[in-house]
Amino acid sequence: MKKLLIWLPLALFVLVFALVMNGLIQPSDRIVRSAMVGKPLPAMHLPPMLADKPGIDAKDFATGKPRLLNIFASWCIPCVAEAPQLLKLKQAGAEIDAIAVRDTTPDVQAFLARNGDPYTRIGDDHAMRAQLSLGSSGVPETFVIDSHGVIVDQHVGDIRAEDVPKLLAALEKAK
Amino acid sequence: MRRALAAVALLLAGTAQADSSLPASPLAYTQLPDPAQEAQAKALMETLRCLVCQGQSIADSDADMAGEMRALVRQRVAAGERPAQVRKWLMDRYGDYVTYDPPLSWVTAPLWIAPLLLLGIGLFLARRLFRRRTA
Amino acid sequence: MIAEAGLAALWLATAFAIAQLLLGAAAARAADPAAMLGGVRKIALVQALFALAAFLILIWLFVTSDMSVLLVAENSHSQKPMLYKVAGAWGNHEGSMLLWVTVLAVAGAGVALFERRLVAETLAATLAAQAAIAIGFYAFLAFASNPFARLNPAPVDGQGLNPLLQDPGLAFHPPTLYLGYVGLSVAFSFAVAALVMRDVGPAFAKAMRPWVLAAWIFLTIGITAGSYWAYYELGWGGWWFWDPVENASLMPWLAATALLHSVNVLATRDGLRAWTLMLAVVAFSMSMVGTFLVRSGILVSVHSFAVDPTRGTFLLALLGLYIGGALVLYGARVGTVTQGATFQFVSREAALVLNNLLLSVILGVVLIGTLYPLVAQAMGVQLSIGAPFFEKTAVPIALFLFAGTAAGPLLRWRRDSAQALLGRLTIPVAITGVAFALFFALSGGGSPIAVLVLALAFGLAAASIAPLWKRKLRRTPLPVWGMVVAHLGVAVSLSGMAADTLWKQERLAAVAVGDNLQVGPFKVTLAEVRPTVGPNWSAMEARLQVQRGAGAPFELLPQQRFFANPPTNTSEAAIATLWDGQVYTVLGAPDGAGRWQLRLWWKPFVTLIWFGGGLIALGGAVSLAGRVLRARRDAREEEWA
Repeated sequence: MKKLLIWLPLALFVLVFALVMNGLIQPSDRIVRSAMVGKPLPAMHLPPMLADKPGIDAKDFATGKPRLLNIFASWCIPCVAEAPQLLKLKQAGAEIDAIAVRDTTPDVQAFLARNGDPYTRIGDDHAMRAQLSLGSSGVPETFVIDSHGVIVDQHVGDIRAEDVPKLLAALEKAK
Repeated sequence: MRRALAAVALLLAGTAQADSSLPASPLAYTQLPDPAQEAQAKALMETLRCLVCQGQSIADSDADMAGEMRALVRQRVAAGERPAQVRKWLMDRYGDYVTYDPPLSWVTAPLWIAPLLLLGIGLFLARRLFRRRTA
Repeated sequence: MIAEAGLAALWLATAFAIAQLLLGAAAARAADPAAMLGGVRKIALVQALFALAAFLILIWLFVTSDMSVLLVAENSHSQKPMLYKVAGAWGNHEGSMLLWVTVLAVAGAGVALFERRLVAETLAATLAAQAAIAIGFYAFLAFASNPFARLNPAPVDGQGLNPLLQDPGLAFHPPTLYLGYVGLSVAFSFAVAALVMRDVGPAFAKAMRPWVLAAWIFLTIGITAGSYWAYYELGWGGWWFWDPVENASLMPWLAATALLHSVNVLATRDGLRAWTLMLAVVAFSMSMVGTFLVRSGILVSVHSFAVDPTRGTFLLALLGLYIGGALVLYGARVGTVTQGATFQFVSREAALVLNNLLLSVILGVVLIGTLYPLVAQAMGVQLSIGAPFFEKTAVPIALFLFAGTAAGPLLRWRRDSAQALLGRLTIPVAITGVAFALFFALSGGGSPIAVLVLALAFGLAAASIAPLWKRKLRRTPLPVWGMVVAHLGVAVSLSGMAADTLWKQERLAAVAVGDNLQVGPFKVTLAEVRPTVGPNWSAMEARLQVQRGAGAPFELLPQQRFFANPPTNTSEAAIATLWDGQVYTVLGAPDGAGRWQLRLWWKPFVTLIWFGGGLIALGGAVSLAGRVLRARRDAREEEWA
């Protein structure tokens, strides 16, 4: 018994060492993912950001066609980087709606004029409420909503060229 | 006068646009009029994690999102929701990561049992140091 | 040229450390250790001088803003105030790591210079162990964290120091913290030497005790300073966040406090041998674990240094080597170190065992709480563990610890009676009871635990002073005074924490110029908001006029500061310290409607938290003085005998 107690601290240390080494090798995924993936799109009603496009309403998503929901802002720098990829997705037939977070109409207009406009609808989320209800923790993020209005996938961060085919495939699957 | 002008010029040039220029929602930086509700909201805010910070609660952070989360908490508490309900709403959306009070589950069971276990082991070890002397 | 000299000094220090290890080990096994010991002592001294030279050279490079050195270019700027040029030398990973090894070397030199009581072979082994630790960390600096690396071509000016660090706190907190943190290496080396030489007993404990005390005093000061710095710098009035890096400094302190108490049992009664050795190993191990946690990026923290996985791996390897090595040595040798005395249930020794037990459990809880997110990560889950967990687990255990702190000094060594103890505790318990009733009534529905802590603090204060009761104060030994002051400091600190928790008033509002707000008993008027400038920043400054009732009004000037190098905003709180608390004010952003956000707090008696911390350190210093003076007197008497 005494022998066991004497070697216990070393045993505990080896355990902690292994744990920490595991933590170093597998660098922790600091991205916070939404827990809403797999659940229906939460009820939301956002007024239109621009005069000529409708705002966002959750009811519009259970239409039978899967859609992408892109969360962006004119002050967000990676959003500029992903704008060309969004245009490519639009050209490939994807329907993209947007939630503009903490933004103003003139700034959004200027952003879209500079970077292209792939969006069908743009909602004004000035208090981040829709973003919070989706479980999104930053911009840009893109959600894939299936034909029944259920969130089936989340892409955190800007969309790169290699992500475009993956998103198109996800949209196919979600029909 | 020139110093003041220089200061203003620096101010206008200084801030990089990586955050919204919109002012925060009022309830991000204002208290609820009912002190009891404000106390409840505050207590909850101190246990919720800021998702875009390096390890701070939303009560202690200047980040935009933290402010909006505070506004959300205050608004819901003012509307009559219990703090536990607001907490659950956020956990439904962000998982256990958003709360600093880890809920009891198979994953966290060792964490919560550990203090009792350590006390038990400690007391057991300490027993061996004492010897009952018969008078 | 000078930077290369710094690197050369570091290499020379390494060389002397290797010599110290080899010669020290040889001396420990030699037939006449005392003869070789003189040489080992000198080598330790030279090693420290070279390490110190390297550190001073680094400071010189910062002071002269030598931008051809990578570290200076990344962390400094020619327009920085001089204080921050100097302190900025350790405001980054490489520089602070250089400070770390310098303290390690200087601590070893301290032992070499001043330790006279330890048997020659054990002292030689201690110096060898200290050198062994130094070698690993010198290697870390030379191969993975070179502070003297060059940058070619040299930029015109540097990137500046993080504005959050441009504060007098940077001048105090890291040096004192490291003197404590790394000073515990001496206790570790003593323990390793004791295990290797099989020399554990009262003489060993008496020799080790002053070194543990000295490190503990600095660690207490370092943590207190860090807490106050975070309090006024971060702008939300909190003073402890259970952040992983803060926990990393608390854990060695808990171990060192337990060690401090158990070494007394070893010195007085030759008991707790194995336990004292284990604590000495654990204390510095916790320091090294803390160093690793802060610099590896493995846990998310507000206080983290820049993250680099290769550095983390190197440090982890060092941890495995030193902690693993020490624990293997412990397992192999501690059985041959006999058990020592056994104790009665009601005695001073029993109270100290309880103290050790509770401190160790709290240490374990804090360690598990800090590292558990890694366990969860291994299971694929993301967890956050913070104040709610620690308040439910560590705090209740701490309450028992404080009760024990009151009772312990009132117990006699060897054997005492429970009845006698209860008799001596009557007044403190009565005070606690009355205080609880009184403050509960005054708490207005605040946390009952906080009321209990406050009541316990009053009882503890009375119990701390009790050992002086009926004693001739002039004849009372200094260590007893030290104990009284330190325990009183604990009570004072606790009362500050409880008072702030129970009675702090907060006021957040958007205020137009000319309007006023009420916070606690104070009326705060926003007189104006104007731009202002400093040496390397510009700011919007609010002029607040604060008045309590009909008293004399005073001004507070909180600022929102904007730095250019690097481009960042900070919020500078304006705090007024009064006899019964602090008025804490912060200026926020304009709300877009011509009003300014203000955050105001009235925090009654909050300064007692840090004043208590200072008292605890003072108690340690008084104790240390007592021990050192007694040792000198004993040595002189031996000479004359």
